[in-house]
Amino acid sequence: MPMLHTVNKSPFERRTLDTALRHAVKGAAILLIEDGVYAAFDGTVVAEKVKSALKDHKIYVLGPDVAARGMSEHHVIDGLQVVDYGGFVDLVVEYDKVQSWL
Amino acid sequence: MKLSVLVNEGPYQHQSADSAIQFTTAALKKGHEIFRVFFYHDGVNNGTRFAVPPKDDRNITEQWTALSKEYNLDLVICIAAAQRRGILDENEAKRQGKDGHNMADGFRISGLGQLIEAGIQSDRLVIFGD
Repeated sequence: MPMLHTVNKSPFERRTLDTALRHAVKGAAILLIEDGVYAAFDGTVVAEKVKSALKDHKIYVLGPDVAARGMSEHHVIDGLQVVDYGGFVDLVVEYDKVQSWL
Repeated sequence: MKLSVLVNEGPYQHQSADSAIQFTTAALKKGHEIFRVFFYHDGVNNGTRFAVPPKDDRNITEQWTALSKEYNLDLVICIAAAQRRGILDENEAKRQGKDGHNMADGFRISGLGQLIEAGIQSDRLVIFGD
């Protein structure tokens, strides 16, 4: 399996999501954690970019970090998968390498 | 699977210390081996037992110590990063002529080679930082 890329910054604060998407090969997965979860919400100015990235990548978002920000799974873009910390561990195991974009 | 974790931020700088301990706990509960948790840069601040957070605040250092007791975790603090930030174990305090030491139970001080070894020996190295 290709690489898992974790993104922990809001797309409204830093460009790490763009960097991750630029480097991620087709089939690589993106996991949004910490403030990175802001990229997962529908209706934002980056939502279209995230939706179009779904063509080439599975995109996951860490549920506890969504909840910690007062949001719920209902706000998450269709097609993204919400995981808990156990799911985070499973992704780390499933993909060959983990690249943390900080 | 054999995993290692790198923590680059302290409990009061960034969420990454919280993320790291929650990830580590989840991995252990799933039966994976955590080969080592390495604390680097401001991450060494996870290892001071002199921090006294308010009772209603989470105490990450105590959580690491408890996790290390339960699972016999190897919690390694980078010596150069620790010395800059005043994190000392008994030996280092003596060697540097300091009048106290603050390393929490379950942590040990060592060098960057331990991080390299963790990267080589583990199937995955997961990095938490800012």
